[in-house]
Amino acid sequence: MEEVDETVTEFLVESYENLDKLDRDFVAFEEDSSRQGLLPSIFRTIHTIKGTCGFLGFSRLEALSHAGETLLGRLRDGTLPATPERITALLAMVDAIRGMLHSIESTGTDGQDIHGPLTAELDRLATLGPPEGPGAAPVAPPAAGPGSTAAAAEAVAPAVVSAPVAAPVATPAVVSAPVAAPVATPAVVVAPVALVAAATVRPPEPAHPEPSGPSVAESSVRVDVALLAQLMNLVGELVLTRNQLLQHTHSSGELGLGATTQRLNLITTELQEAVMRTRMHTIGSVWAKFPRLVRDLCSACGKQVRLEVSGQDTEVDRTLLDAIKDPLTHIIRNSVDHGIEAPERRLAAGKPAEGRLSLSAFHESGQVIVEIVDDGGGISVERVRNKAIERGLLTVEAAARMEDRDVLNLIFVPGFSTAEAVTSVSGRGVGMDVVRTNIERVGGSIGLDSRVGEGTRIRIRIPLTLAIVPALMVWCNGDRFAIPQVNLVELVHIQPQDVARSLERIHDAPVYRRRGRLLPILSLGEALGLGEMDTQAGVNLVVLQAGDSQFGVLVERVADTAEIVVKPLGRVLKELGVYAGATILGDGGVALILDVMGLAQHARLLAEGRSRFQGEAQAPAPAVAVDVVRMLIVDGNDGSRIAMRLDHVDRLEIFPARIIERAGTVEVAQYRGAILPLIRLSNVLVEHRLVPRFVRNKYEDSQRVPVVVHTVDGRTVGIVVDRMHDIIEERLVNLRPASRPGVLFSAVLCGRVTEVLDLDWVVGSLDRESRATSTPRRATRVSGAAGISFPSRPTGEVHDG
Amino acid sequence: MAEHAFVTFHVDGLLLGIDVMRVQEVLHASRNTRVPLAPPVLGGLINLRGEIVVAVDMRRQLGLTEAPSGAHRMNLVVRTSDGPVSLIVDDIGEVVQPEQGEAERLPETLRGPIRDLATGIFKVPAGLLLALDVDRAVRLVGHA
Repeated sequence: MEEVDETVTEFLVESYENLDKLDRDFVAFEEDSSRQGLLPSIFRTIHTIKGTCGFLGFSRLEALSHAGETLLGRLRDGTLPATPERITALLAMVDAIRGMLHSIESTGTDGQDIHGPLTAELDRLATLGPPEGPGAAPVAPPAAGPGSTAAAAEAVAPAVVSAPVAAPVATPAVVSAPVAAPVATPAVVVAPVALVAAATVRPPEPAHPEPSGPSVAESSVRVDVALLAQLMNLVGELVLTRNQLLQHTHSSGELGLGATTQRLNLITTELQEAVMRTRMHTIGSVWAKFPRLVRDLCSACGKQVRLEVSGQDTEVDRTLLDAIKDPLTHIIRNSVDHGIEAPERRLAAGKPAEGRLSLSAFHESGQVIVEIVDDGGGISVERVRNKAIERGLLTVEAAARMEDRDVLNLIFVPGFSTAEAVTSVSGRGVGMDVVRTNIERVGGSIGLDSRVGEGTRIRIRIPLTLAIVPALMVWCNGDRFAIPQVNLVELVHIQPQDVARSLERIHDAPVYRRRGRLLPILSLGEALGLGEMDTQAGVNLVVLQAGDSQFGVLVERVADTAEIVVKPLGRVLKELGVYAGATILGDGGVALILDVMGLAQHARLLAEGRSRFQGEAQAPAPAVAVDVVRMLIVDGNDGSRIAMRLDHVDRLEIFPARIIERAGTVEVAQYRGAILPLIRLSNVLVEHRLVPRFVRNKYEDSQRVPVVVHTVDGRTVGIVVDRMHDIIEERLVNLRPASRPGVLFSAVLCGRVTEVLDLDWVVGSLDRESRATSTPRRATRVSGAAGISFPSRPTGEVHDG
Repeated sequence: MAEHAFVTFHVDGLLLGIDVMRVQEVLHASRNTRVPLAPPVLGGLINLRGEIVVAVDMRRQLGLTEAPSGAHRMNLVVRTSDGPVSLIVDDIGEVVQPEQGEAERLPETLRGPIRDLATGIFKVPAGLLLALDVDRAVRLVGHA
């Protein structure tokens, strides 16, 4: 068989089935002509074939099926009676169509044969009342039915009735979906009838040889998805049984059994893969409808858009494909409607009049990535920011503090995108929250990136399959839990003697120092209310990815990895939000599968940064989540409380005072192979002047000095504080303008008025100090520079919470 | 009501019964996986031939005392519209078919979770049988 386009293949498979159905319907109809109800169904089938082959450019096939459709239309409407002759001609047409389909399959064209005589015969039967053809001459017009009366009248006075006859024919506009055909078809019954048909209006012999190999229809079978799901479940059970058998075999040590089990093991694995493949579909099957969609949208909004697709062969589990179909359609509609500009505007902006919309899919680390990129007008970050503030989703401070990427992804937040104003302003909008919800429901994620004037890139990540996933098994307080490996970043084992040193606890917020960054951690035992974990044998830290941020989960023991079959949990348990499902293990026991994102939310670890937006699908009030930040609270020396954002803090250190040295006017410490300039917070803040002095009382050698290490623009400084107090996670409320330099604003945190530190200003004080001592150095850093997302000190626009 | 046969079982000394038509099977206590953070009435998850089934601790469901640790208990698997659910009970008794005249109204003094779950009371040879509503007995939330 030659290379045949996939669309054509689908058309062929569908059409063969339809034709088989037609054969049966015709025969049934002829046997009992009272079954008029069959005619509309027959009509639709032919209509579908005609429509599809017209679309695919098979003009001869289209012409023939059109003739048949016309005749059928009149039979259906009752304007002509269904004589055996007409049925015969129609059956001949079915055979001719089948021949053409074979021709398409083997040569890619609908053949040389135009089936002129048959088409003419069909036309004649459709237009004339009493048949005149030589084969049909003896047949008198049937006496029964309104149709026959009309036909008889037509014969007498054709001029009079021709108009009403023509009218119903011109109404095949009612396009229906292809009728679902049953799987197996008893084509045998049809053969004799087809032969009879051939006797009357014999279609000329096909101009091509019969295909030697199995035809498309024979080599593929349509299977009910429910059957596949059942098959998948059974394979899942088999995998579990296999796992149990393997365990028993290991313990029994019998040689022959071992070999057999090993063989069973291999077969099961292969079977599992094969069954998984049956559920796979190419993503192109969903995309096939998009060229038409884009074309229609273009003509509707007066745009010119070229759709480029790549990676349409990427395979995805069928259920996942269904889940992303609507979101993709929505995104494409948005891109064409709002993203890509009208030709005039594009030309004015120096871009080609024709917009480009590219759709690509590929596999990446066990996931499928779908990208939708347009070269349209992009989304203005500022407009989204303003709109978010206007809608009350963000306070001015929170908005100013957010990074641009996070701001853009606000369009996925419920409540943001419902406004039509946003659509006209930003170019995206309606229902993007629904898009995200749909994608997250199947364990996927969506992100957006855009530049004004250059275009927008939307990236969707979906898992390959939902049914069987590789997972890491961990133990905690005597229970086993499964963590999907998709979320796994790394495993860290902490020796018993290192536990206390590596895991720091600032008040109640544990952190782990991982390659110079503080990683928020949670103890699985505590998060699940199982109590303190046993750390006698050391602990294991499972570093997980939740959205764009990472966190660590402390577990007692990491067992191994396993392919687990995901079983859904009931509603009540699902609503706990920390379990993604449950699975049955090799020993027959049940283990819960952790929902990493939910767990982090449950432990309130993901309250900041962009992870906030990835994980708040269930959050009823985004405004709350958006404003919650984790802050390090330190004591100012004058009894005031100072806060700094934890994500701006690299490390928390306690230096013995003796390592603090002087370099010029600046205090420094040797730290991790470099010289760390130190800033005493109390000195910078307490004196209300721009150029603080640094020459201060010396520390006692025995003193221990708490230092907050902070890096900005590749420059690391240590901020010496009097006392570290706490790490809190709270919503910023009751904001007040700052009362002194170095402070962004004041807020009420943990019931106390706390000043939020302007870290830029504090770091900048080093430069000011240098300048004051007339050493030329780099320019004073400006508040709100890159890398710090705190706003410049709020002035008039601050409002009280 | 009285036409029904009941599978009887004991929970903390109470004789209870459930419509026999709703009972799928009876199992010896199998390994039970606890579900942290779940409502306390959830006794755990059990593996019922490859199907994960929720087990409801009837002592907790009825607001009775906790089972002594290590006690051998039974799983009474009942059919619900959401698939099978197991009721963890102390032990299983006989199937009884009380006659029409033996049904009694629930005494007014009966209060608490038992009253919410009970549908009737019958005099049977073994004593007083409290018939329970299956759908209410398997509910994980919504009880006082």
